Amino acid sequence: MKKLIVAASCVLAMIAGTAQAQDRNLRVAFDIPYEPFEYRDENGELTGFEVELATAMCEELNANCEFVIQAWDGMIPGLLARKFDIIMSSMSITPERAERVLFSEPYYITPGGWFGPESFDTDVTDMDAMRGKNVGVQRGTTMDTYVTENMGGVVSIKRYTTAEDMVLDLEGQRLDAVFVDYPVGEQTILNRDGYKEVGESVKLGDGVGVAMRKRDTQLAEDINAALKKLKEDGTYDAIMNKYFSYDIKI
Amino acid sequence: MPDFIAEWLNENDIFNAMTLMEYWGGMVTTVQLVFLSLVIGLLIALPLAILRTVRNPFVSGPIWLYTYLFRGTPLLIQLYIIYYGVAQIPGIQETFWWTIFREPFYPALLAFTLNTAAYTTEILRGAIIATPNGEIEAAKAYGMGWLLRMRRIILPNAARRAVQAYSNEVIFMLHASAIASVVTIIDLTGAARNIYSRFYAPFEAFIFVALLYMVLTFILVFAFRKLENHLLRHQRPAGS
Repeated sequence: MKKLIVAASCVLAMIAGTAQAQDRNLRVAFDIPYEPFEYRDENGELTGFEVELATAMCEELNANCEFVIQAWDGMIPGLLARKFDIIMSSMSITPERAERVLFSEPYYITPGGWFGPESFDTDVTDMDAMRGKNVGVQRGTTMDTYVTENMGGVVSIKRYTTAEDMVLDLEGQRLDAVFVDYPVGEQTILNRDGYKEVGESVKLGDGVGVAMRKRDTQLAEDINAALKKLKEDGTYDAIMNKYFSYDIKI
Repeated sequence: MPDFIAEWLNENDIFNAMTLMEYWGGMVTTVQLVFLSLVIGLLIALPLAILRTVRNPFVSGPIWLYTYLFRGTPLLIQLYIIYYGVAQIPGIQETFWWTIFREPFYPALLAFTLNTAAYTTEILRGAIIATPNGEIEAAKAYGMGWLLRMRRIILPNAARRAVQAYSNEVIFMLHASAIASVVTIIDLTGAARNIYSRFYAPFEAFIFVALLYMVLTFILVFAFRKLENHLLRHQRPAGS
């Protein structure tokens, strides 16, 4: 009898164990298109850095993942209404959002990049050389805060509402250099003739995390462990290098 | 300083010496920008208004077109065209003009001046053509020439008729100058936007700047009341 109970409980434990491993269904929300993080390729397949990372993470979690498309303004409401379980759509970790959702450890951070014309040859970290230069930033961004705090009295800071206005003034030579979110700078400045990166990029802010419902603390732990493993075993780097020429790992 | 103000200043994070200096710098810029554009605008508007009343369409036509263009489009669009458009002219960066147009202040000053000059031209023109025929006939009967008539009879009376409408234009110009902040000028609104984005405190940043604009407006209203009292003395009831 005792043997039977032990055997039965072993079987039960095994069933429970496999059930836990396979029955975890996760619906992952993305807002597309947001190249190169999530978008549809020419065949209509969902792809991108976060999509591939999510796929690898789901494998690591042994979860059946279903990808859901959700417009940005309905992201957090949709999560709370259980339309999906996690958000992996470049959602930056902020205190305001953290009041409503639970964030994993950050899995990427876009650095602020220095961009300027080919003729710009000043070291952006050399405060004496930078004195009096016109530096453009987008108002209220982490890049604005960084320049204001570190170079406030040195350079002349010009603040813009949109990146387009800033790029126009860089083109018009009203600005010597701009300090802008790297992907934005790469798309709007680097693909023009006569412009280059003029300094080391700087990682700012708290980064981007997986968002989930506040009660899913076990899920958060598992996701953190999975992300940690992916970052360490090279999977993360392989995916990152496929989409980016610069480091976004955090 | 009363204790409660000192206490309040100590307790809040936003209105410290640094942000107050930023507001002060913004106020100086706003006053400079508005004052200069109004003075230059008035100087341009006066001859244009006189020429606009001339019968010859080759004289009045271009002025009509100018006032129509600048009153027919938003000031924000004019500012964008002058600020960003000028920088796109090929080769401008190598000329002397670039030393002026590189700074955002002068494109903004140019846009504001041309705009207010257009409105002021129409205000003055309206006042000039409203001159009663009797006054002109009387002046002619005295043997006054065109210039003397204009200087002694038409313009002084037109100024009396225009001053109330012009005071509105001045106040509108002060408030319209808030858009200077879109071309990186740190005027009052620019300072408020910077402080708002630094502290995420829209109420404090913008209500404070609104109060500053109200103070400036009050000074203008007061000055124009004095001017009106002076110019329109003759309209007051006898004995007051």
